[in-house]
Amino acid sequence: MISFLLRRVLGGFAVLYVTVTLVFFSVFVLGNPVDVLMSNTTDPAEREAAIIRLGLDRPVLEQYFHFLWNAAHGDLGNSFVYGKPAMSVIFERLPATLELAIIAIIASILIGIPLGLTAGLKHRSAFNKIVMTGSIFGFSLPYFWVGLMLISVFAVQLHWLPSGGRGPTTSFLGLNWSITSLEGLTYVLLPAVTLALYKISLIIRISETSARNVNRQDYIRTAHARGVPPARIVAVHILKNAILPVITVLGIEFGTIIAYSVSVETVFSYPGMGKLLIDSVINTDRPVIIAYVCMTSFIFVTTNFLVDLLYAILDPRIRHSVSGA
Amino acid sequence: MGNILKQTISALALFGALAAYPATGQAADLKLGLMAPATTLDPHFTNAGQNLALATNFFDTLVRTDTDGKFVPGLAESWRIVDDETWEFKLRDTTFSDGSPLTAEDVVWSIERPATITSSTASLTIYTKAIIGKEIVDDHTVRLKTKGPYPLLLPDLSNIAIVSKNATQGLLTEDFRTGKGVVGTGPYKLVSYDPENRVVMEANEHFWGGKPDWDNVEIRFLPNDSARLSALLSGNVDAIENVPSSDIASLRENKDFTISEKTSYRFVFLFLDSGRETTPGITDNDGNPLTVNPLSDVRVRQAVNLAIDREAISARLMEGLALPTTNIVLKSMDGYLDTLTPTYDPERAKALLAEAGYPEGFHLNLLATNNRLMNDAKVSQAIAQMLTRVGIRTTLDSVPFSVITTRYSQGDVSTAMMSWPVPTSEASFPFRALIACPDKERGWGLVNWGHYCNPELDSTMAKALTLMDQGERTKTLEDAVRIIGSDVPIVPLYFQVSTWAARNGIDIAARSDERTSARIFTPAK
Amino acid sequence: MTLQTSASALGSHQRSRFLQRMRKIFRAFIRSPLAVFGVILLLAFIVLALFAPQISPQNPYDLDTLDIMDNMLPPGSELGTGITAWLGTDDQGRDLLSAILHGLRISIVVGVVSVFISCIIGATVGIGCAYLGGRVDTIAMRIVDLQLAFPTILIALMLLSVFGRGVDKVIIALVTVQWAYYARMMRGVALVEREKEYVDAAISFGAPQWRVMFRHLLPNCLPALIVIATIHIANAISLEATMSFLGVGVPVTEPSLGMLIANGYGYLLSGKYWISMFPGIALLLLVFSINLVGDRLREVTDPYSHSNAH
Repeated sequence: MISFLLRRVLGGFAVLYVTVTLVFFSVFVLGNPVDVLMSNTTDPAEREAAIIRLGLDRPVLEQYFHFLWNAAHGDLGNSFVYGKPAMSVIFERLPATLELAIIAIIASILIGIPLGLTAGLKHRSAFNKIVMTGSIFGFSLPYFWVGLMLISVFAVQLHWLPSGGRGPTTSFLGLNWSITSLEGLTYVLLPAVTLALYKISLIIRISETSARNVNRQDYIRTAHARGVPPARIVAVHILKNAILPVITVLGIEFGTIIAYSVSVETVFSYPGMGKLLIDSVINTDRPVIIAYVCMTSFIFVTTNFLVDLLYAILDPRIRHSVSGA
Repeated sequence: MGNILKQTISALALFGALAAYPATGQAADLKLGLMAPATTLDPHFTNAGQNLALATNFFDTLVRTDTDGKFVPGLAESWRIVDDETWEFKLRDTTFSDGSPLTAEDVVWSIERPATITSSTASLTIYTKAIIGKEIVDDHTVRLKTKGPYPLLLPDLSNIAIVSKNATQGLLTEDFRTGKGVVGTGPYKLVSYDPENRVVMEANEHFWGGKPDWDNVEIRFLPNDSARLSALLSGNVDAIENVPSSDIASLRENKDFTISEKTSYRFVFLFLDSGRETTPGITDNDGNPLTVNPLSDVRVRQAVNLAIDREAISARLMEGLALPTTNIVLKSMDGYLDTLTPTYDPERAKALLAEAGYPEGFHLNLLATNNRLMNDAKVSQAIAQMLTRVGIRTTLDSVPFSVITTRYSQGDVSTAMMSWPVPTSEASFPFRALIACPDKERGWGLVNWGHYCNPELDSTMAKALTLMDQGERTKTLEDAVRIIGSDVPIVPLYFQVSTWAARNGIDIAARSDERTSARIFTPAK
Repeated sequence: MTLQTSASALGSHQRSRFLQRMRKIFRAFIRSPLAVFGVILLLAFIVLALFAPQISPQNPYDLDTLDIMDNMLPPGSELGTGITAWLGTDDQGRDLLSAILHGLRISIVVGVVSVFISCIIGATVGIGCAYLGGRVDTIAMRIVDLQLAFPTILIALMLLSVFGRGVDKVIIALVTVQWAYYARMMRGVALVEREKEYVDAAISFGAPQWRVMFRHLLPNCLPALIVIATIHIANAISLEATMSFLGVGVPVTEPSLGMLIANGYGYLLSGKYWISMFPGIALLLLVFSINLVGDRLREVTDPYSHSNAH
């Protein structure tokens, strides 16, 4: 197990390094930040000065090694747009997206797993038909459409909830959180529901499939034959085994929300990480893009690692093969 | 986790109660919904409109612009020109929001500070570099020396916020994050700042202009058009900037809100690559490259100019939020020509194309932004439509601005739809950037993407810039604009119209410089 | 010689078994009226998309036929060219019916092609990893991690900067993003399958590796793949819509369904509902029908479902 852990950590670092290198060279394709950010400035001397100030005049490889050296010391550079360290720009936005992701994931677990498992266990019932057909609607429309519908109903027509933006925040652990207050929660709710609709449908489908698959395994039949009470079979055998694929997907989905909630955050003007990414790409804010990808790859590597770990703990049969990986 | 759930449930239960709250707060409170979030509270970090607009809540400048772009006293009560290169400013007797007095030293410090910010991509030094000498005559008098006669000193100074030396000494831009350093002479002072989300401020009791109109102001950043508008409609905010054009008609009919419109100083135009012998985006009708660049022929450029139905764009796509123009400045500005009026004449355009040797037209690639101007993706499609109709078959690349700059740096732009502001209220500003022959020494033609070059026109402009006499300068500028009108180096399309909307009971002082602050809203009498 | 004969005999035997199985699947499939309805709807969409250029009243991609003086007309209005716009027009004066028919084409092509390519890549990598394990698995899975960390929008924008906008670029961007997801998912499923007796049985009979992977593991992983793939055709169509919404999708002058919705969504609050409502309905029905079919397919291809029925 220790060598498994060690290998995964080393592998994780390798992924981080390769990602950072890739993204470092890719951002050069996106355009010259000085031209984008100085679009209203006509002064060539100032343009040259800015290029030198930001170190953009130096050869690409030199910039790369300079960046690596600083990155190794924990400095990913200053944002061109915000004038402060790129990492702190990201950490300012992280809580907003975390709040969104946590609420959406909780909703999809609480609603999706019970519905999906029940539907899977009774897979010939009308209940199954209704749940499964309903889940299809959940991912049939793009986020921004669902978001806009929710805005026009709950904000514009009914005036129940704010139409966008983020609520007032309180500081905790040096970060700004908004779900600590009731008013803050009202702001998170609509975007979180928009995100959750899709996740709920996804979780329903995955857990239904795995519940069905598990239900017909020999050991379940054996348990039935041995006269184990059905409730116990569901609780111990089916739930435990059916939950594996669900965990895989949830792990990936959590990372996905954090990284790609771009359209929901755009529709709701919600200042999270997704919106930061698109703004930074548009403004060619290179340090923020690079730091952002570092951050997301770190999140992905970590969640994948945790998912594998959970797999190993929950399913002894594949523990061996996981430690081989 | 359980706690969060409990809160969610109680939030659900309380929706009704929340809806019953008075949405607008007390009479003297203002909630504003803005489009572009300021990137920092440091007023000297970057030359970006939204940052400078937010700064006007907290800070003053020596010279301010009124709603029409005319220069009026700000922190300088008065000024005079001592000689061609020296200006003297008399300061107001006032204090900063922390109670310390404003002195000439703060002014000199504020003019020097932009040059000390090294992490800036769009430094404000472009507004301070003409000032080569600063002299403190007494506590309330400053003399500024410029490099040669420099009539644009006032416009430049209207962008430099005067900060307290005491409060900002030794601060980096990132230190402003916590609100440190935000000590100004403006009507409001900072209470709290949550980046990209909201800025809370309260009245500054030391403000020299009397008691500010609002006791408390909250600015919320709502970049998405629909989110911003529905925040206004649902009473979440009291006023917004940039009403989306698609909704302006229905909002005009809504008796609960007032709309205020003002033609902004930003005009939208087309670059035509007239200077290069061949241009990459133009082919004949079979897709073969042309040996001669059609756009170098003035008749083809005039045809493009005549093919575009600016009135239709304004009426059908912008709901009137565009003022069609063939000028490069507004009517109220220096260098405006009454005789240049937009004409739409597709038949004449076709005739001109035939005369120039293109009776069957040609293929053109048009580059346009899709994230920068009001309705830019729609307008550029309509232009492609109109050009196609006279025979110039147009394919459109509607892309983010960063892509356009990349394409330009690769020399891959034949025509592009862009915009340019005229903050100086005179024609030389857009001319020097967009039309003048590229000249690094002088700093002219840096954004001349059409590679147009007319030395005669340049020298007329250069002459205008050294004339300190207002009347003579205006006349010379008009001469230059007349040549621009007939030679069509760029194709001006329209000036954007800025909009603001507020619930009834709030008056709006609409501005031409697109800058929204709490100052422009007042409680209705 | 004898080896060859026995191999071909085995082949024909398997082919007939395959046909039998197909017939069985077909019979099971048509037992669900909802699924049959889905198939009919989907076929209708495909036919409409195929013949869009022939049946559309207007060519919405030809700028010469558009006129902004005809823009934002309500359903049933007559255009300057004499065409009646039964579903109204959009902001450029495009007949929405024609635009939707053409948009269907683009959305279907983008969704199906990108998912198909990503499925092939993802399933190969995923099953390979699960079966071979070891270093192959480690390296491939780290590449997957790497890929998942790269934001879609960033990839799309880079492609856009280098190659310009276009349907093919959108597909490349979608494949680049999605294959990793399938690979990871398939590896998870295949890991569980690998431990089952039939795999050991096949190996002990001396079946070659590729055969174990693709003849034994793959069919048993297929139900899971189909679920994910149907979900992802919808997802890919939505993702394309989102990319178009964010300004990095298909060209604006050749709108997909997603872009039509995005274009019209600014008008929803002002009462011009038809601009994004009708494309929205078309998209909903398209995705819904794909899912109905996929869902039923999953049920009937499930190797265990018949044994459960008895």
